[in-house]
Amino acid sequence: MSYNKPLPKATPETRPFWEGCKVHELRVMHCTDCGHTYLYPRPFCPRCFSDRTEWRRASGRGKLHTFVINHRPAPNFEAPYIIAIIELDEGPRLMSNLVGVEPDPAKLRVDTPVEVVFEDVTDEITLPKFRPVA
Amino acid sequence: MSLRYAAAVVGAQETDTVGVIPDKSAIQLHAEAARNALRDAGIHKNEVDGIFCAGQSPVAVAHYLGIVPRYLDGTSVGGCSFLIHVRHAAAALKAGLCNVALITHGESGRSRVGMDPRPPSPASIPGQFEAPYGVAGPPTMFGMGVARYMARYGLTEEQLAYVAVAQRKWAMLNPRAMMRDPITVDDVLNSRLICWPFHLLHCCLVTDGGGALVMVSAERAKSMDLPHKPVYLLGSGEACETPMVSGMADFTSSAAFRVAGEQAFREAGISHSDVDHLMIYDAFAHLPIYGLEDLGFVKRGEAGAFIAEGNTEPGGKLPLNTNGGGLSYTHTGMYGMFAIQESMRQLRGEAGDRQVKDCTISVTHGVGGMFAAAATLVWTNEPPK
Repeated sequence: MSYNKPLPKATPETRPFWEGCKVHELRVMHCTDCGHTYLYPRPFCPRCFSDRTEWRRASGRGKLHTFVINHRPAPNFEAPYIIAIIELDEGPRLMSNLVGVEPDPAKLRVDTPVEVVFEDVTDEITLPKFRPVA
Repeated sequence: MSLRYAAAVVGAQETDTVGVIPDKSAIQLHAEAARNALRDAGIHKNEVDGIFCAGQSPVAVAHYLGIVPRYLDGTSVGGCSFLIHVRHAAAALKAGLCNVALITHGESGRSRVGMDPRPPSPASIPGQFEAPYGVAGPPTMFGMGVARYMARYGLTEEQLAYVAVAQRKWAMLNPRAMMRDPITVDDVLNSRLICWPFHLLHCCLVTDGGGALVMVSAERAKSMDLPHKPVYLLGSGEACETPMVSGMADFTSSAAFRVAGEQAFREAGISHSDVDHLMIYDAFAHLPIYGLEDLGFVKRGEAGAFIAEGNTEPGGKLPLNTNGGGLSYTHTGMYGMFAIQESMRQLRGEAGDRQVKDCTISVTHGVGGMFAAAATLVWTNEPPK
């Protein structure tokens, strides 16, 4: 059955991120001038405005920064599910889903260590999701 | 340059009714509110030369009203847009770029009559980095920081629920409010779970309605023969932080709230103890908590207890969201206009059973998007010396 949830459409400055996900690499942008590491992708450093930026492969490890548990699902999603903000060990934060854990606020703690798990949702798109580190 | 006492509101009215209005389109609500506000000010529409609005294009609103303005501002950054319009109107009036500014809001948020759908592009930044994870409107995004706030400051689910209880107490005193039955913390926590931490009663209403403001220079306002007091703008601030909630620098505090609030209080030259009445845009129950702290009314982590102790409800020392707020009064989608209207009512002494005694300074604080933008206005009914 075909995937019927919203899919990202890459733009020139974000394409390396989504190409990375496809080969199961989580990529972040790094400024070689000021050392800032950031997402979402922009072709210059949003902290110091330098153009000397590069893509780096992130470890895929981080922490659950904060979360909600959605009981009124987006179309074609199955509730309840956890929408989370993940803070990567390299510093940037991104939205994702926390998977592999019961969606119960009593069982979730902010700053719990998590790791990336890649979901190949179509032939073209892979989404980075996260699960608690065992 | 300061905008302190540069301008005043001389006309302030909402649509005839707010709530469920299935027989009027969104732009019709803009126009109805505009006509009510102009009548309130005693100013003919042909004198209006500045148009400010959000939701509809200023071109559409001006033409619908039969006005050819020489100043237009369509700043549209969510529900605080109208607060920003007030600030921009004061600047334009002070600079002489227009003489009569009309700010309008109209939204068929519930009945969806004449509303354009705005589907997010999958190539936009939110389309790429938020939509794939199942966000489904503000209830699934706005409360993103609450889990972290709870862990950091010990805010309880009961305290969060009490925000809705306190505001319902105000709504019970407001005959125009949609929800007027008393509620308890248990009612809130037993209402349908929408997106933890939000149950149904932590969330704003979804309604139809509108409002409008007519502004002129403070000098002109002082000399006008009005059936009500002019309300002078003492201070204002605006700011933005992030187009995506996931981009917040600190999930327990809004940078836009802090920047806007600090500017407004500094320009007004007032301290927090001078504030008689406060409106903090409440699309969801956590917003008054963030607002009280980011504006500096209480210390970090204290706002939940401050509200739960009764300080903001009828009889409390800091009357907050006295119309019942977005949670109990009305919420068309971009609520900021209604927060301003309540500040006007309180400063004119027109708030009926919920009138704050000796009210001379009111603060209106609004949010746009999901902590995307913010604006703060400080108002007084005392004329310039």
